[in-house]
Amino acid sequence: MDAIHDGADQHHHPEPASSLPADGTASEVLAIALQSAPFLLLAAIYPVAAALSARRYGPWPQHRVLFWLLGVMTAGASLVGPLATASHHSFEAHMAAHLLLGMLAPLFIVLSFPVTLLLRTLRTPTARRLSGVLRAKPLQWITHPVTAAVLNVGGLAFLYLTNLYHLMHENVLIYGLVHVHIFLAAYVFTASILYTDPAPHRKSYPYRAVVLVLALAAHGMLAKYLYAHPPVGVPSAQAEAGSMLMYYGGDVVHIAIILLFCRQWYRSAGHALAAKKARLEPEV
Amino acid sequence: MERHNSLPGRTKRNGISGALFGLGLVAFIDETIFHQLLHWHHFYDRSSTEIGLVSDGFFHAFSWFATIGGLFMYADLRRRGVLNKKLWWGAVLIGGGAFQLYDGLIQHKLMRIHQIRYVDHVIVYDWVWNVSAVLMIVAGLLLRHRAVENKTAAWEGS
Repeated sequence: MDAIHDGADQHHHPEPASSLPADGTASEVLAIALQSAPFLLLAAIYPVAAALSARRYGPWPQHRVLFWLLGVMTAGASLVGPLATASHHSFEAHMAAHLLLGMLAPLFIVLSFPVTLLLRTLRTPTARRLSGVLRAKPLQWITHPVTAAVLNVGGLAFLYLTNLYHLMHENVLIYGLVHVHIFLAAYVFTASILYTDPAPHRKSYPYRAVVLVLALAAHGMLAKYLYAHPPVGVPSAQAEAGSMLMYYGGDVVHIAIILLFCRQWYRSAGHALAAKKARLEPEV
Repeated sequence: MERHNSLPGRTKRNGISGALFGLGLVAFIDETIFHQLLHWHHFYDRSSTEIGLVSDGFFHAFSWFATIGGLFMYADLRRRGVLNKKLWWGAVLIGGGAFQLYDGLIQHKLMRIHQIRYVDHVIVYDWVWNVSAVLMIVAGLLLRHRAVENKTAAWEGS
């Protein structure tokens, strides 16, 4: 929105033009830079940790660095910039941002093995204390697949079926808390199904498969329900578009999770098979 | 591990893998052809019951898992050298036909999730849909019967 443009558009859109200060461009750029700073910092920390820990334990796989950067980028794009701005008044844009923050970013972050990297970067006593914390009862409870699924999909149902969705757009604090919850709940859920980082008290593959299918089913049901029952303050056309985006967009990420899950299962069955063969036919 | 290699265990695993894949395949064809390409099915039909929404959500999620999981099981059967293709394809037809019949009778008619097509003579579409489902099941059962009869010779790799 430069000055020339503002003048030309004044005729058609007097409101947005007059609501911007004279130095709109500079202050907007500054605002975006300030808002992006935490994400840039997060993006930078991981490669530094990878390099530091590589000196003691050998190289850290590069594709994991890529997954981390993709995760931070997708989360960042949902919270800062044009999509985040649009999501304040469009349910469809909100849903696109939700797909990035609540589905894609958590999957990328899980695939980057963040806890493993953290444990090998920290000094040994600190790492020990951290893994003690990870094994503590309350965390065990939250990272249980069933709890994580309920917090994840149940949280969404609570957001869209009560007037929380409406309140969130009135209050910055609620907005922040809801978005932190969306990301964290989805991250914990994804991590409770796809074990990448160390997970104490692992559940079997069939157990996790059942929880996964039920959680995906609940996600689909909620998406379809929103088609005819829009959240408070959302026009029905937007609800219909948002509902279909949640349903089909969700599918894309769900398929990726199912593929990764089945591949883990197939591989671990392969290890068991190889071990059994080795027992039955000892090398001569 | 014994259950994987015993004869009933092999038959069962070929059956489960095929049936899962068949169910997923029919659901996938339903979604791509009838929802996305032809636009005959509606995403949300306002006459659908609450239980219809639950059933749709469950089968939609399960069908993705069934397609992918069924194929990984197929790879596992091959890896173990216990794949029986006739048994497997028979199960694909049975699983696919059973889901199509459930979709056609329970989900379309009883739960009224959506209709096959929004036309006056939808009854014709319903008959074609459900009769083809029954034919799939019958063909699958015949294939399975033949596979079980000569099972001793048919194991790939044995």
